[in-house]
Amino acid sequence: MSGLWEMVTDPFMQRALVAALLVGVSAPVVGTYLVQKRLALLGDGIGHVALTGVALGWLVGAAMGLVPADVLAVPGAVVAAVAGSVLIEVVRRRGRTSGDLALAILFYGGIAGGVLLIGLAGGSSGSLMAYLFGSISSVTLADVWVTVALCGLILIIGLGLRAALFSVSHDEEFAVSAGLPVWALNMAVAVLAALTVTVAMRVVGLLLVSALMIVPVAIGQLVTRSFRRTMLVASVVGVVVCVTGLSITYWHNVSPGALIVVLAIAVYAVVAALHPVLARRRPPADPHPDIPDDVAVAPAGAGRAAPQEECTT
Amino acid sequence: MTSLATDSPSGAGTPPPPDDGVPAIEARDVHVRLGASPVLRGVDLTVRRGEVVALLGANGSGKSTLVRTLVGVLPATAGSVHLFGHALGNDVPWARVGYVPQRVSAVAGVPSTAAEVVASGLLHGRRLRLPRGWRSSVREALDLVGLADRARYATHQLSGGQQQRVLIARALVRRPELLVLDEPVAGVDRPSQEAFAATMTRLVADGMTVLVVLHELGELAPLVQRCVVLRHGKVVHDGAPPTPRPGHGGEAHEHVHPHAHPRTVQRPEDVRLADGPFERPDDTEDEVAR
Repeated sequence: MSGLWEMVTDPFMQRALVAALLVGVSAPVVGTYLVQKRLALLGDGIGHVALTGVALGWLVGAAMGLVPADVLAVPGAVVAAVAGSVLIEVVRRRGRTSGDLALAILFYGGIAGGVLLIGLAGGSSGSLMAYLFGSISSVTLADVWVTVALCGLILIIGLGLRAALFSVSHDEEFAVSAGLPVWALNMAVAVLAALTVTVAMRVVGLLLVSALMIVPVAIGQLVTRSFRRTMLVASVVGVVVCVTGLSITYWHNVSPGALIVVLAIAVYAVVAALHPVLARRRPPADPHPDIPDDVAVAPAGAGRAAPQEECTT
Repeated sequence: MTSLATDSPSGAGTPPPPDDGVPAIEARDVHVRLGASPVLRGVDLTVRRGEVVALLGANGSGKSTLVRTLVGVLPATAGSVHLFGHALGNDVPWARVGYVPQRVSAVAGVPSTAAEVVASGLLHGRRLRLPRGWRSSVREALDLVGLADRARYATHQLSGGQQQRVLIARALVRRPELLVLDEPVAGVDRPSQEAFAATMTRLVADGMTVLVVLHELGELAPLVQRCVVLRHGKVVHDGAPPTPRPGHGGEAHEHVHPHAHPRTVQRPEDVRLADGPFERPDDTEDEVAR
């Protein structure tokens, strides 16, 4: 108990906890839209591109003689991630079939570019480790404020425009036919994903960023039937695993980012295993629609089974 | 939102088109290419207010392409489309247009309830947030298609016919004056077809303008005033409903008359096993919904 108090009053830990909390809430919000759009891997693609941004920021910082040299790494990541997400969205729009191909090319280009540029900047690939796997213990007060601002922006747009973003993610064709600014809304989702990646970079690292956006949503959709609740459950799960994982690393020397992601996947496994049991206990949602049959059935057999109808429609 | 459909004539049976000169849909010489192939080759189509027009044609004749072009989903490579007198774009009063796309069987990654899907129909043009009182609008729209008791069901829990009716409710929730439907009864079970015909009858009586893509007139035959037949991307017939080719007389059901009001729905005895959604009193529906 006193250990817990010690942790909460530790200024390093306080900053890290605030960052983890904010990232835990906002990453699943954006992730819900990505899963809805079947773009679960978008976060990974942006993460890889952000690595090039980190290295580019480093290179520029070194060239300008800034101290420390990586002071521009995070701004570089934000710029590269936003540019990358916009690029993916444009490619997705132009030729729908080549969307995953474009994503794959971004994966490779992002990592290769990052390693190449960091070498030019006078660093080694080892310098990138903190960005690849997170470095939440080194969060500064300025980092916390940046996190607060970006997470606030993500939540304001992600929740404030939920109905419109849902419409576009759910059925883009209908959204177009309703005259919605579909292009701008798609861009909004892409940019939100980019911002989330750069914010979560500190907590779990670029390689695991996407897990924080996607795994909580996978848990949420197991236990709910609605979009709103999926988002809610995902955010709660995100906060719980982020804060729990980080707290454990206060006592045990393991990588916070990896632990958070492993925890999330463990929760998913447990929920998925328990789901059939829980579903049975819930009041039954009759899967058979309460409508008359297509075919004439003798009254004696007039249960409500209408197999033909369910199968063909 | 403007008040809608109140100024439309509600003459029973065949409502005369209001002659303020501006048709609901006016397409002139529309060409559409998808990839290299010309799908539409100079289509002219006018739908006046209050008209019920069926768009017929074989598979691949361009029916879906035409309606998707009319609502702005596909860009026309040549020609012009005006809705309510406005060229496609931001000037179109989108609140007055309701579009029911063909049902896609693929379920999206995140579950969504029928109510959530219908609510998304309340957004249009620059309205990006749900208006006040959206819950009651959604409930009314679901009630209109006989699914008030399914509001909180995930759409993937519904049957195909019910999913189709959710899409219709999504188009109706903003109270449009023009309804554009793409094969609303394709692959839909008979009860949903009947519920659909009953809903359409009521809407048309209230002055709704309808453009509907169909394979056969079926249950809608008594409502349809004009048929436009496409073949190879061109209009080959525009006028009275054509007689079906021999062997295609699919609409010759023995009970084709649409039902004047849902409460007086008469089903053929041989299919009646349980009470349909229309026959349940509203209050019990609400209880079920809660």
